[in-house]
Amino acid sequence: MNPGLLRIDPWTLAAILGMAAASYACRAGGYWLFRQITPSPFLRAVLAYLPGALFASYVAPALLRGGPQAWAGGVATVAAMILTRNLSLGIGAGVAAAWAVYLVR
Amino acid sequence: MNVVFTRAGVARGMRRVAPLMFGIAPFAVVVGIVAQGKGLSLAESTLMNLLVFAGASQLVALAAWSHPAPVLAATLAAFVVNLRMALMGPALGQWLDRLRGVRLWGTLAIMVDHSFALSVADIRAGGADAGFLLGASLLMWVVWVAASVAGFLAGAALHLPPGHPLFFAALAAFIALLVPMWRGSHEAAPWLVAAVVASVVARALPGTAWYIVAGAAAGSLAGALRDRRRERSS
Repeated sequence: MNPGLLRIDPWTLAAILGMAAASYACRAGGYWLFRQITPSPFLRAVLAYLPGALFASYVAPALLRGGPQAWAGGVATVAAMILTRNLSLGIGAGVAAAWAVYLVR
Repeated sequence: MNVVFTRAGVARGMRRVAPLMFGIAPFAVVVGIVAQGKGLSLAESTLMNLLVFAGASQLVALAAWSHPAPVLAATLAAFVVNLRMALMGPALGQWLDRLRGVRLWGTLAIMVDHSFALSVADIRAGGADAGFLLGASLLMWVVWVAASVAGFLAGAALHLPPGHPLFFAALAAFIALLVPMWRGSHEAAPWLVAAVVASVVARALPGTAWYIVAGAAAGSLAGALRDRRRERSS
């Protein structure tokens, strides 16, 4: 095995540890912060809407950028999910549709 | 709700998250390939996947990678892209508020989008076993690291073009997770606001992840503000 595969550069290690600390601060720090304050009914409504808004924010720009492959895949994923509520089938249908468009074009 | 934390809950979380491996594994393979392309060693790439375990932020950091490594820029990228996760813990308060010590802070350390989404759904369906979140996260973590190693080793050999439909699996996973989050027509406006704001910000600030923070904040605020106004006028 190539000994270079196991090399750890000190600057790279520092960057990785910095990223790890920042990620943990986000994951755990947000929860810690909100436990110090009691959420109002308004804040609770915001939090209830948050998951959907978060994933919509991921998906929309990627779909806009993605072109016909992504659009066909997106429609197929949603259709399969509504019909079956099964995540594997939803993802499988989406990839199959995207692949079909990829082969046709 | 009487919240428990059991081995059975952990196992149930693993079973429920298993189908999502088709979505996350290609993503991890891509991260492995990119890390290899940027000149990281297998040990460095694997350490990053073990400790950071947040693919989008890793891709953003790796896009601007240099030697010596950009410590501050990479740390900042991880913080901004993962800021969304600061809002996940509070949304799972019904479970997390009942946990203590390593069960709480350890579970939070590996919480990711997919295990969060499934846990929200489980809480809404009346689920009361917080082990579910740990189980779902744990399986994601193990598969993520393994797939990133495979991606690193496949690296040069795979030669998949950037637009290959297999990469759509990562986006399909997020779309599939969105469908069961539709609680009714009152979701339409907040989702639309989130989608529009995120798309505009993504255009305005390319190469950053502010669009996720901006879209999520705008959408959830819009929904809550509308509900409050309706309540006052009724």
